[in-house]
Amino acid sequence: MAMLEVTSLGISFGGLRAVDELSMKIEKGGLVGLIGPNGAGKTTVFNMLTGVYRPTDGGIRLDGQNLIGKKPHDICKLGVARTFQNIRLFSNLTVLDNVKTGLHNEITYSLAESLFHLGSYHKKERQMNEKAMELLGVFGLENVAGYQAANLPYGKQRKLEIARALATDPKLLLLDEPAAGMNPNETGELMETIELVRKKFGVTVLLIEHDMKLVSGICEYLYVLNFGRLLAEGTPAEVLKNPEVVTAYLGE
Amino acid sequence: MGFLNHLISGISLGSIYAIIALGYTMVYGIAKMLNFAHGDVIMVGGYMCFCATTYLGWPPIAGVLLAVVVCTVLGVVIERLAYKPLRMAPSLAVLITAIGVSYFLQNAALLIWGSSTKSFTSVVGGDPIQLFGGQLTITRVTIVTIVACVIIMVALTLFTTKSKMGTAMRAVSEDKGAAQLMGINVNTTISLTFAIGSGLAAIAGVLLCSAYPTLLPTTGSMPGIKAFTAAVFGGIGSIPGALLGGILLGVIEIFAKAYISTQLSDAIVFAVLIIVLLVKPDGLLGKHVSEKV
Repeated sequence: MAMLEVTSLGISFGGLRAVDELSMKIEKGGLVGLIGPNGAGKTTVFNMLTGVYRPTDGGIRLDGQNLIGKKPHDICKLGVARTFQNIRLFSNLTVLDNVKTGLHNEITYSLAESLFHLGSYHKKERQMNEKAMELLGVFGLENVAGYQAANLPYGKQRKLEIARALATDPKLLLLDEPAAGMNPNETGELMETIELVRKKFGVTVLLIEHDMKLVSGICEYLYVLNFGRLLAEGTPAEVLKNPEVVTAYLGE
Repeated sequence: MGFLNHLISGISLGSIYAIIALGYTMVYGIAKMLNFAHGDVIMVGGYMCFCATTYLGWPPIAGVLLAVVVCTVLGVVIERLAYKPLRMAPSLAVLITAIGVSYFLQNAALLIWGSSTKSFTSVVGGDPIQLFGGQLTITRVTIVTIVACVIIMVALTLFTTKSKMGTAMRAVSEDKGAAQLMGINVNTTISLTFAIGSGLAAIAGVLLCSAYPTLLPTTGSMPGIKAFTAAVFGGIGSIPGALLGGILLGVIEIFAKAYISTQLSDAIVFAVLIIVLLVKPDGLLGKHVSEKV
């Protein structure tokens, strides 16, 4: 059984059919790309997968469990994490605290314990800090842990967003245009980071991307969306040769 | 000695404003709304303690605990019933609702306890402390108020900066959408904020009524407005700002009463507020975020 199963997914905003009859299957451990021209409905798909939008029809199952109608924070607990197209870090929080928000559900202690610093509070806060630092270490961010997130350079903010998403211990990681605004060097580095994350954390990755070099370089399978509908699917080589895909991207 | 006496009572009054201001500032920081019913929660706290000690004969500490429990629950219930359904509504709708809740609480209190002034017995007994051969008199309530304010400030600062719920609160305050996608339950976090703010309002109510022992259904409204002013004065959304704003407001008010005019004291307090905001529109400790263009 596939890890993520999307069947005939559709959503309408008033009269606009943003996504229609979309079906996808992603196997555990896969690295899959979701591509398409601007306005094709890619981010809308992510918003449905994470519970931000409720689909009008169709189904989403993660390891057989239905995700439709669940709240974003519950879907997060079930193992779906994401980053954003326009970076949405908690910019006034420190780099460390940003990662700690992702650890929110993993470590529990009661309100009374935190108010009076009793019982397991110190131990668990220390565990949380260690875990967060470990994650930052993977991304080479440990020496900026005390910085305000807003003060990091762009490339590092992107990495921090991935680190924060990984802190929620996801099975499925959704990356929304991770290479947006990056130069070729940074994109290369990002590709390595994504590979590393996949190996080290054993997550399945679904990414939205415009950068064809990145997509064809690392994705094993691609879904192409156009006007909310699935235009093509297959390996990068197959898809990029598909005349319909070329037309959708470059015009007639 | 007169000066020192006034300064101490100013700090004491200011401590009460600061505790109330915390409720405003936390709710504003996290839910981005002005909870104008906050002042009336103070009044409910005062009445609860009054009922427990006067009618039921409970010891003062039990009265305080009852007030805190009732107000905490009240704060969470108000948020669930009145504000949560408006989470997506324009902020003006929420503001009007908050004013509605404020009048509802005042009139409910009028219905339950009547319009006659209740005389509150201070929860802190004992004779005032005399210093410098009786030249300086400090009531025990004053001391308890200042100490309580300091403890609350330290505890709350540690809570928001060093605990995971506090981190969640700061995350929700910045970006609710991103926070819930990190697995933070936004509704629970907002409820927790209201619970803490309202519990503090109960403590402020009891301290206020102990220092100025008359209790009316409108008791909370003026201190509520002044504490809101204090929160804006210090920089709304900032916890140290609430402390600074509260203390300064209390001291200015008492000095104005002592040295200028009792009738004009409120006018002077608000005039100072206007001047400060003209110079520093974000309040004394408010963060001015310049837009990147």
